Amino acid sequence: MPIATLAVRAFGLGGATLGTNPVATLTDQLGLWALRLLLATLALTPLRILTGSARWLLYRRMLGLAAFGYLTLHLAMYFAVDQSFDWRVLLEDIAKRRWITLGFTAFVLLVPLAATSTRAAQRRLGRRWQRLHYAIYPAAVLGCWHYYWQVKRDVRAPLVYAAVLALLLGMRAVRAWRRRGAGAVLAGQARA
Amino acid sequence: MVAPEAAMLIRRPPDIPPSAITPPEVYAGRRRFLAGALAAAAGVAAPAALATGTPTGEALAARRNAEYSTVEAPNSWDDVTTYNNYYEFGTDKSDPSQNAGRLRVKPWSVTIGGEAELRGPVTLEDLLKPHALEERIYRLRCVEAWSMVIPWVGIPLGEVLKRFRPTSRAKYVAFTTLKDFAQMPGQRVPVLEWPYQEGLRIDEAMHPLALLAVGLYGRVLPNQNGAPLRLVVPWKYGFKSIKAIVRIDFTAQMPTTSWSRAAPEEYGFYANVNPAVDHPRWSQKTERRIGAGLFAPRQPTLPFNGYAREVADLYAGMDLRRNF
Repeated sequence: MPIATLAVRAFGLGGATLGTNPVATLTDQLGLWALRLLLATLALTPLRILTGSARWLLYRRMLGLAAFGYLTLHLAMYFAVDQSFDWRVLLEDIAKRRWITLGFTAFVLLVPLAATSTRAAQRRLGRRWQRLHYAIYPAAVLGCWHYYWQVKRDVRAPLVYAAVLALLLGMRAVRAWRRRGAGAVLAGQARA
Repeated sequence: MVAPEAAMLIRRPPDIPPSAITPPEVYAGRRRFLAGALAAAAGVAAPAALATGTPTGEALAARRNAEYSTVEAPNSWDDVTTYNNYYEFGTDKSDPSQNAGRLRVKPWSVTIGGEAELRGPVTLEDLLKPHALEERIYRLRCVEAWSMVIPWVGIPLGEVLKRFRPTSRAKYVAFTTLKDFAQMPGQRVPVLEWPYQEGLRIDEAMHPLALLAVGLYGRVLPNQNGAPLRLVVPWKYGFKSIKAIVRIDFTAQMPTTSWSRAAPEEYGFYANVNPAVDHPRWSQKTERRIGAGLFAPRQPTLPFNGYAREVADLYAGMDLRRNF
């Protein structure tokens, strides 16, 4: 797991290091892995469509929770380690810096998803659970956008993440559109 | 306006004596000791990466200018030579140290142009010859809100510029970096418009703190740090301190600068370190001192990077929120 790699680097085992600016390295890496895991979570449904196997969906909860875990650590690095628990800085950043506003909104959107990730919550919420968990889509969009606005000049890497997200969401859109199209055809036949 | 001879105005800051600053040999010795201790503790041979703390390169004879040197302990050779913003060699901090080997710094010449009586190409040797090298330990504050302390070796920029007899029309000085993507592979990517360009107002350029650096830690400047000739303007954000200079032009108009052209709302011409004016995307009130460790708190950023006493007069009456 990436967190283990980061721990190894943090303790300098085998000559591995976090580099010259360990705070920046940890914050960046935790954020990147949160985004990667979020995209991996969103890749499971397209994989099911492509392979026809529902087994992919078994990993949804695990990957989603891992993404949330990394995101929480990312935020904790920034707030606790980088800004030494300075609430004023946190509030000012959330209010004034668009990219932090986006990132923090993504985190807020994902909190209820993590909180309702248990089977019990799933049963209790019934159909509403699915609707609630659609929040992963805007959260992922905000995550990519946050990354895009964060970099100083070289936006190549953020654009790759955004392209992957567009592909994953695009497959869902195409499927939804086809279903609706098929539904319309069926409705038309019924009328005929 | 004629540049003031501001040297007299500079009062000596309450600094520690030069003798209290760790010389590179001692620092390297500690580093080797630590590397050995770590290796012993881990029960493995010391990896090569841990043993690279020793300054390398040709030694330079330079006298330390204590008057202009700071109190703080310098960052390690490793920190200074592997954590660089130098997009000509890539946009990651570690890219320059990995890719700068292709840059050929000998022979090197600088072309002087514009509003000066003496113009044309000058070899680096001729440019440096009349001047005595000085070591100055300066704070460096990056616009990205991190900072270092760096022992530069160089010569005062103003003294060099005066030799070319700038005319009364010379209000600004423009600097240009080498453009050659065969030597600077990062220039294949248009993250900025190449070549990199920077500029100073003539009185800023003539200020005795403005340094043309040729060395670091008593050694010839490594390529990733701007060899063979770079600017160091310690009261401005790091991006003003242009590297690998091939042209110096005296101009009547304010020159365009690379970052302000790329993102004018984020980077201005002056770019003086100023905790009161935030970057649109982050606060400039505090900075992270490189090398302080994972759990070290950020430290407050000082106006003009702590050089306010020396340089604030240059901006008397200016609105520094507008002229950021």
